[in-house]
This record gives sequence, structure tokens and C-alpha cells, in this order.
Amino acid sequence: MAPRVRGATDPAERELLSAGDVARTIARMAHQIIEKTSIGGDDVPGPDARPVVLLGIPSRGAPLARRLVELIAEFSGVRVPVGALDITLYRDDLRRRPNRPLESTTLPPGGIDDCLVVLVDDVLFSGRTIRAALDALRDAGRPAAVQLAVLVDRGHRELPIRADYVGKNVPTSRTEEVQVCLTELDGRDGVYLRREADQ
Amino acid sequence: MKHLLSTDGLDPAQAVAVLDTADTLKRTLLGREVRKLPTLRGRTVVTMFYENSTRTRVSFEVAGKWMSADVINVSAGGSSVGKGESLRDTALTLSAAGADLVIVRHPASGAAHRLAGWLEGTGTGVVNAGDGMHEHPTQALLDAATLRERLGTIAGRRIAIVGDVLHSRVARSNVHLLTALGAEVVLVAPPTLLPTGVESWPVAVSHELDAELPALDAVMMLRVQAERMHGGFFPSAREYSIAYGLNERRLSLLPEHAVVLHPGPMLRGMEISAFVADSPRAAITEQVRNGVHVRMAVLYHLLAGEEEAA
Repeated sequence: MAPRVRGATDPAERELLSAGDVARTIARMAHQIIEKTSIGGDDVPGPDARPVVLLGIPSRGAPLARRLVELIAEFSGVRVPVGALDITLYRDDLRRRPNRPLESTTLPPGGIDDCLVVLVDDVLFSGRTIRAALDALRDAGRPAAVQLAVLVDRGHRELPIRADYVGKNVPTSRTEEVQVCLTELDGRDGVYLRREADQ
Repeated sequence: MKHLLSTDGLDPAQAVAVLDTADTLKRTLLGREVRKLPTLRGRTVVTMFYENSTRTRVSFEVAGKWMSADVINVSAGGSSVGKGESLRDTALTLSAAGADLVIVRHPASGAAHRLAGWLEGTGTGVVNAGDGMHEHPTQALLDAATLRERLGTIAGRRIAIVGDVLHSRVARSNVHLLTALGAEVVLVAPPTLLPTGVESWPVAVSHELDAELPALDAVMMLRVQAERMHGGFFPSAREYSIAYGLNERRLSLLPEHAVVLHPGPMLRGMEISAFVADSPRAAITEQVRNGVHVRMAVLYHLLAGEEEAA
């Protein structure tokens, strides 16, 4: 499969988030994660305090998770472990699509047992990727709780799944396509809405 | 990819994709308590072995089970083959009973190809797990995976395959795969144990092991296949061992980084001494370990993708 050029200039394409918007959105999500999980709180850790781990879902969730961890360290002074969780082997559409190469899974050295795992992905759509990620997590260990952070929620859920942290909610039609570009993989930051999915 | 019958003609890009998948699977499962992936749930894999095997059969079975496929073992002894059923009828029976993939080992060269032909249009794939003196592609893939792991790269490496090349499907599969991946292969054997037509293979040929050793990155020792030898290929086991066995002295002639491989089963004291087999330079148990991941990768590439229109 030829790599598609993400975010190429195209009349049928609208910018949802500029590079600056992406940076501000990720920073806000980092603050929300700190607040909701009490990372770096002054209080004596209570019985409910759990170490936080961020796991990005490749390909674009992985760099997103790394950026969030950098910002959380900057804002709270606490560097939480980060990893990547490939879900290809857990997909429910393997037999409907051409064979896809595997991405790498890297868990933090301490593992994820009894941690609060925050899954990170770029776009939340049907929810099937997250279902696969939950299955993959179950094989990787036993986290105390799992939360979900996504840069864009575009609706059209097919499963009872919701995100705990959402960068931007975007109403879309099913024929449209949301493209997230990240400097690490695409050379620049930005989120775009493509009118007709080119399939 | 629907069948894996030989490494001859296998697209190098496809081979590298399988090796990369095996590598990722190995890293994914490392240190895991639950070594089970749901990827091939509901797919049925049948192993059909007409010849003895320990590692190939076990590693295919483990690979299938770790991917959640249903694995069924049919052995020639305990099946209707013993009543005289032909290979073709047995294969069609297995396909009709719901096999998505048949993994076959057979003493006749070309058996897997015939099987794939007979199963055309049924949707059942075939993996060659060794056919006579022809090919054993998954062994070559796991050897390549082990070499890549130990040496970093395969392209440009000089690799000797030593011993009973004539009867060895492992040697044939490795010659095709390793040369396709850019390695230089040299076959080292007495003239009686080299196949006719070896001049047309993309390899160098030598009869002197000692002269080759200092320039090698890896040496692959082959088992002397007594079950296929019905003639005087060499005067005595002792003489063969002296001329072509890998012992402590020969190990010291190899460069520091060079790796020793053996596809197993080993005949200690014949083609390889116990000292060499147990030395850290030998990657023989790693080969077996990688065999499971490579076979998982093969199953993934054959069974996980979109179904082709039959």
C-alpha cells in the first residue's frame, strides 16, 4: 500500500485544527489528565492513589502519548511512564482487509498491573479500536482502571465506549474522513476534514 | 500469499515482511504471562505429517495455539492413510471437514505442490513443512530470523552450509532464501553428497571445510540423513566426522562473531561435537524458539488477511 500524503492541499478538505490549535489542545488535555488523576498532588497518597501510565495506540496515538507525558512532566513535575500498545492482532476486521504489518508494543518496565492506564489515540470513531485495545490490555496485565484520551471525537460510535478526555468534538458524516497529522510522522501538525472518504 | 510451498521464487519483500512480523510477535510476547493472541480465532489448522518430526510439528502446533487457531494433528499412522487412502483423498477430506490451512510433511519431493493443486478452489491453503529432498521453507525462514538476530543483517554475509546437501531440503530452502536476501552462500560437502546441477545454483562450492572457516559469518551444519542413504556416500561415519564435523579446533578457526546453526535433530559426535553444540556460539536452541515466532508470522500472513475470491 502506497503511503498516503496526509493533509495534502485539496479543495475537498477543511482544516479543523491548525498547528497552534493542536499544541493548545494537547496542553489542555495534559492539564485535565493531571487534574482528574491527581498526578503530583501534595496530599499524602490515599489508598485510592494509583500510579498513572500512558499507552499510545500506534501509529498516531504513540507520539501523542509521548507529547502528553512531556507536558504532564512540565506542568506537574512528575514524569509518568509511557508505552505503546499495538492492537492489530486484536482487530475484529482482520479478515475484511488486506494483511497489515504489525506495529510495536512497548510496555513500561514496571508493567501496567494495578496502574491507572490512560489509552491515547488520535481519533475516536466507531470505538472498535478501543475495544481491541481493551482486549490487548487484558493480555498485557491487570490495570486498576483504564481511561481514554483522544485528540478528536468524531462520533458514530458502534460500541458503548466513551472518552474521558477529548481534545475536540467534531460532528461528521460517515462519508467524511478525519485526518490527524503529527510532526513526528507527517512532518507537521494539523487536523483536517476530508469531504468524501477516498475509498 | 495463500500457500507457502518453497523459498524458491518467494518474493524477498514478502520474506522480510514475515521476518519483521516474527520479530514483533517475539517482542510482544516476551515476558508475558498470557502468551495467547486472539488473532486466528475460529480458523482451523491441520498438521498432516507422513514423516517423523519433533520440532517442526510442535512449533507449528504451539504457533497455532498461541494465535488461538484450532490445531488438529493428523499422523499418517493413526489415520485412514494406514488403510490405504491416497494423499489427495486425505487432503480433500481435511478440506471438506473445515481446514483453513493444511501443514504437510511428506517423504515425496513435490508433495506440497501437488496438494496445493488438488486443493485449488477449496479455499484451503497449504504450508510445506518438508517434502522429501526438496524444500522446507519455514526452516529457512527461522534460520534467517536467527541470523538476522545474531548478526544484525543478512545481506553481504558469508554463510556456509556443510554436510549432506544432496538429501537436505533445509539446504535447498536456505540457498534460495539467503541468496535472495543478499547473502553469499558456500556449500561445503564431499562430492558424493552434492546434488547434480549444483553448478547452476547461485552458490560457491567447496570440499575443504578448514579453508572456508576463517571467512565465514555463519556456518550451518546439516544432519547426515541415514534414512535417505542407500549407498556408499562416504567410507565411514568416523571418516566423515574427521573431514566435515564441526569440532572444538574448527570452532577456533571461525571469526569471533560467527554463529553456528543446526536445523536439528543433531547427531552429536557426527557432524557436530558436543562442545560446539553447547557453546554460546551455537544458536541451536534460539533457532527452535524463533521457529515458533516465525511460524506464527507465517500463519498470520496466510490466514489473517482479507479472503481472496476463490
